[in-house]
Amino acid sequence: MLVRLCVAPIVLACAALPAVAQEIETGGKLRLTRGISTIEGQGGGGLTPWALITGDETDRGIGATAHVTAVELPDYSFLSYGVGVGLFDRVELSYTHQEFDTQDVGAALGLGQGFTFGQDVFAAKVRVAGDAVYDQDKWLPQIALGANWKSNDQGAVVNAIGGSDDEGWETYASATKVLLDKSLLLNGTLRWTNANQTGLLGYGGNLNDDHELMAEASIGWLLSRNLLIGGEYRMKPDNLAIAQEDDWLDLYAAWSVTRHITITGAYADLGSIATFDNQRGVYFSLQAGF
Amino acid sequence: MKHILLAFLFAAPAFAQSAPVTLPGEEEVDAYEVSNANAGAKPFESTTMLEAFHGREGISRIVDDLVEQVQKDPRTIEVFRASDFVRLRRTLKEQFCYILNGGCSYTGRDMVKVHEDHGVVASEFNALVELLQDAMDREGVSFGAQNKFLAKLAPMKREVVVR
Repeated sequence: MLVRLCVAPIVLACAALPAVAQEIETGGKLRLTRGISTIEGQGGGGLTPWALITGDETDRGIGATAHVTAVELPDYSFLSYGVGVGLFDRVELSYTHQEFDTQDVGAALGLGQGFTFGQDVFAAKVRVAGDAVYDQDKWLPQIALGANWKSNDQGAVVNAIGGSDDEGWETYASATKVLLDKSLLLNGTLRWTNANQTGLLGYGGNLNDDHELMAEASIGWLLSRNLLIGGEYRMKPDNLAIAQEDDWLDLYAAWSVTRHITITGAYADLGSIATFDNQRGVYFSLQAGF
Repeated sequence: MKHILLAFLFAAPAFAQSAPVTLPGEEEVDAYEVSNANAGAKPFESTTMLEAFHGREGISRIVDDLVEQVQKDPRTIEVFRASDFVRLRRTLKEQFCYILNGGCSYTGRDMVKVHEDHGVVASEFNALVELLQDAMDREGVSFGAQNKFLAKLAPMKREVVVR
């Protein structure tokens, strides 16, 4: 599929300057190599970003993805949805909205039944080195640098529970390598953050206000061209005196149903959230893209 | 005995030549130095992979299938429009057989020279990978063995994709 960059008003100019009349391609990536969409919208796994760029485009085109992700936990319900754009398999821009429904916990904490924290995540990522899939003769992984800007819509409550801010930013570096001869995908991410429960409970707090370096990792085993199973780990800060925060773990299966649709199911252990322990539940994500 | 010796002496220069190696039915190509290094990858050391590909016969079926599909698939049809399919089939079989430790020599040109005039882009290269996967699927090669082989071919993308 080709999209003419030249649109009607400038078609004459383009005709006059053939060199300017670039054709932007869409599609062309191998299945699953755009990743899925994280709960925060970046191309990656489910909990942690990868160095892969979202969208099916190659270095000659543009691509995009949209996702809806739900996580059902014993005491909470989480929903996120958003869109991501990939430019020339180099730059990724995404926006995701998150809703964290406290259900009965809201009533117990005096916030009200079904009190919901909302968060917007604006994210950008740039691939700076390597080719995760094709550089099979090198140890160098694909490396990307990213930044997220997050805004929580419950500033008063964030302050009441000891959080410092209702807006925050984080930066990260991700390295992704496909070990094709072993059908394995490996990812490591280092994130510089002060977000409480990814920012759903604000940023910084009465125990610690500063950004800290957090390690995250993913492993995936390709069972076929369309099916990847694996696990993820995400280390998290612990900034609030009121509630201990745990690291996150999951086991996932991502299935590229068609070239455009990927479905991911996972079992996630999100530990203690706002004093309610053992938040283990199911994660389901639908991603559509081109 | 004398005849065999004579035959060997006359045949010997053929091994040393750097003239084009074209067989009947193939188009002429410019002279180049024949070397297994042109195959672009080191062969596997054991015969496990050759067995996974069902020997030279399996390789031959996979290449015939692949060459047929690249002429039909809209994503690759332009890349191969001007190809000499007789030569492509032979040299691809040699290349795969050499890399899979099937006891063949590769007599084709190196990956840069073969592809320099084709203007291959990344999406076309990926399409070719998928068609090769399809052909290996139809031959019944296991997914793990396919990936081991693809891992050998993957770095060639840097030499094949030129724009």
